[in-house]
Amino acid sequence: MIELASLTKRYGDFVAVDSLSLSIPKGRITGLLGPNGAGKTTTLRMIAGILEPDSGEVRIGGLDMAEEPLATRAMLGFVPDRPFVYEKLTGGELLRFTAGLHGMSGSVIETRIDELLELWDLVPWKDQLVESYSHGMRQKLILSSALVHAPRVLVIDEPMVGLDPRSARILKDLLREFADRGGTILVSTHTLELAEVLCDEMAIIDRGQIAVAGTMEDLRRAAESRDAGLEQLFLRITRGETDHRIASLLDALG
Amino acid sequence: MSIAEEYRLLLKPKWLSAWRRASRARSRLGRFLLLGALAAAAWPVVYLTLARFLAALRQVEDIGPLLASRLLALGLLIFFGLLLLSNVIGALSGFFLARDLPALRAAPVDGLSLYLARLTETLVSSSWMVLLILVPVLAAYASVFDAGIVFLPISIGALLPFLLIPAALGSAFTLLLVRVFPARRSRDILLVAGLGAIAVIVLVLRVLRPERLVNPESYRNLVGFLESLRGPSSPWLPSQWTADALVGGLESGSDVLTWLLLWSTAAGLTTLGAALHGRLYPTCFTRAQEGDEQRVRSSGRSAALARLLSGLTVRRRELVLKDVRTFFRDTTQWSQLIILAVLVVVYVYNMGALPLNAGTTISRYLTTLVLFLNLALTGFVIAAIAGRFVFPAFSLEGRTLWLLRSSPVEAGEVLMSKFWTGLVPLTTLALILTVLTNLVLQVPPILFALSIVSIVLITATFTAQALAWGVFFPVFESENAAQIPTSIGGLLYMLGALTSLGTVVLCQGWALRDYFVSGLPGRAPRSVTFSEAAVALALTLGVTLIGVLGSLRAAEARIESRRSG
Repeated sequence: MIELASLTKRYGDFVAVDSLSLSIPKGRITGLLGPNGAGKTTTLRMIAGILEPDSGEVRIGGLDMAEEPLATRAMLGFVPDRPFVYEKLTGGELLRFTAGLHGMSGSVIETRIDELLELWDLVPWKDQLVESYSHGMRQKLILSSALVHAPRVLVIDEPMVGLDPRSARILKDLLREFADRGGTILVSTHTLELAEVLCDEMAIIDRGQIAVAGTMEDLRRAAESRDAGLEQLFLRITRGETDHRIASLLDALG
Repeated sequence: MSIAEEYRLLLKPKWLSAWRRASRARSRLGRFLLLGALAAAAWPVVYLTLARFLAALRQVEDIGPLLASRLLALGLLIFFGLLLLSNVIGALSGFFLARDLPALRAAPVDGLSLYLARLTETLVSSSWMVLLILVPVLAAYASVFDAGIVFLPISIGALLPFLLIPAALGSAFTLLLVRVFPARRSRDILLVAGLGAIAVIVLVLRVLRPERLVNPESYRNLVGFLESLRGPSSPWLPSQWTADALVGGLESGSDVLTWLLLWSTAAGLTTLGAALHGRLYPTCFTRAQEGDEQRVRSSGRSAALARLLSGLTVRRRELVLKDVRTFFRDTTQWSQLIILAVLVVVYVYNMGALPLNAGTTISRYLTTLVLFLNLALTGFVIAAIAGRFVFPAFSLEGRTLWLLRSSPVEAGEVLMSKFWTGLVPLTTLALILTVLTNLVLQVPPILFALSIVSIVLITATFTAQALAWGVFFPVFESENAAQIPTSIGGLLYMLGALTSLGTVVLCQGWALRDYFVSGLPGRAPRSVTFSEAAVALALTLGVTLIGVLGSLRAAEARIESRRSG
């Protein structure tokens, strides 16, 4: 459903994404994992059409994003890593606006807005300006805005930011159900426990390149460790072993 | 850590940021040179104008120097009022709304050093512009009254407490205000009150008809006018003490009591502010964090607007609705309409006050000339308003741009929605100005029609240009829309808009040249012919079409290219 072929993005001399190729099948949840500055957000932003790659190709549902940007973006729901939205719109107005950007309006959208707000317990906040929302409430609103036009693909950068345990549980169930019904999800997260329970497949990205991709079994094989959990695999693959550094820091702190 | 060390530490991020902003500006040599040239041009103009005026005033026997000192006291009184307002608004941001406050409140920082650091920040950010204006003003006084170099330390010594008093007063007032209202509501109330006060000052100054003072016959009136300026000042005001201290410096005879009053008041208010801050700030800061009731009720206006836009596609309707809603819910935006209303009243009043006595040959020629200049002046007003309201349109999308970019919306569609949202109100305003002034000036029908069509076309050009310059020079990090047009992009837009306006005025002047000449004394007066009007219109249409299409195309291409940035 999502095909990335030799995707490259530079910021000046710095190569953020380096010839990255990845295939995400329909009806699956794929986790994009990696250390800070590995290129996750840049990759997701290129898939969402916010950034253009310097070279390479993004295909969504078989369509080339460079050739058919509007058709590919119409299939997508995007959740950015930081929940910035129009502060002076109400929650209801923001969702209506997002649906409007996809050319949708009317009673179907109004019903869907009410259902989404109901799901997140945001109904009492429907007519409040977004500027009065808490961080978690904004995250729920942006998740709703990514769903309001019934997308086929969800691209989510850090889904659980600011969510309380109940909302986090709702989101996990929602994403699972979305994928089981044929939707495709690419989610970037630092919460490895979440990735382990939620994702069907994972891709670990390091210095702009895919270090390893596949199921947990594939990852274990790549790391030559049969019983390791995702955290151990992640640290081994990204050379992030930290025990000695923690010890020396604690020594210094006394 | 001592209070002094903590104070320095708290200010360090601010001056480091300011230094890096300046370094970045220096590295962009073109911008730096342009801004430097503008600043360099402003000081001599203020200095020379005032020095000339003061020199003339000094010639007035007996009371000349007295009048000059009264003028200084009046100027300082106005500055004192502005400083007070600006410090109150600045203190709201610095003490209650700044993003670094939660971290500072959580750190073991002494209340006194935080107060002093924020007071310094408030003082600097609120006073630098007044200080910049005062430099050529005081230089003019020093040179006309032969004060010598000793006037420099005297000025510094007098201005320091003059700036500190409103900063300490404003900060204390803000503290008390936030005890009553939430911080954001306080800011809105102050903003509207401040703009209302400025509007009243502008209207009062205009109705006083200062142009009468230009007439040499009424020079005696000038003396009377300045005599009457004693009214608003008072021996109890710090601005008067500052004026007395400065005038004393000019005449080499300062009164110790004046200096004592100035410095003791500044020190006393700062101490009082610190005590108030120590006692009330924790409670007030907590109060400032509380949200204000922000429920939006569905109103008849909103429904009427939605009905009005029902002919548009869903996408366009939602884009326009979003722009209109965010504008009218942002106090920093809609409150500027107060100034706009005053501008319109003053403009039409000015046209009505022109000394065009009907019937004489000179008056007929002047009327024709004024009518033609009216296009340029109205154009200038509209260009400035487009700069204020349309230029920030793209910048205001800022951090929310991801939503538009990840949606199936073309850049052109977003641009066109912003273009029309700006064009409709601007054209309405331009038409009101043009029709009213044309009626006041009793303009003949052909010229009336030509001016109407021209102003509509020019308004479209300004709207497109403001939008395009805003796309090329966005200011995403600004929290206040009113500050965005003061950026380098805003300046370049104004230059571009005035070039377009100048081109249209020149083209029309060329097309109607024979008609103007016919209005001169000794020539047979005649009306504008249809062919002359048609040529003028065709030229205007050509210039404005290039302006509109060129600007919108360039802006669209720029937005698309930002994806690869």
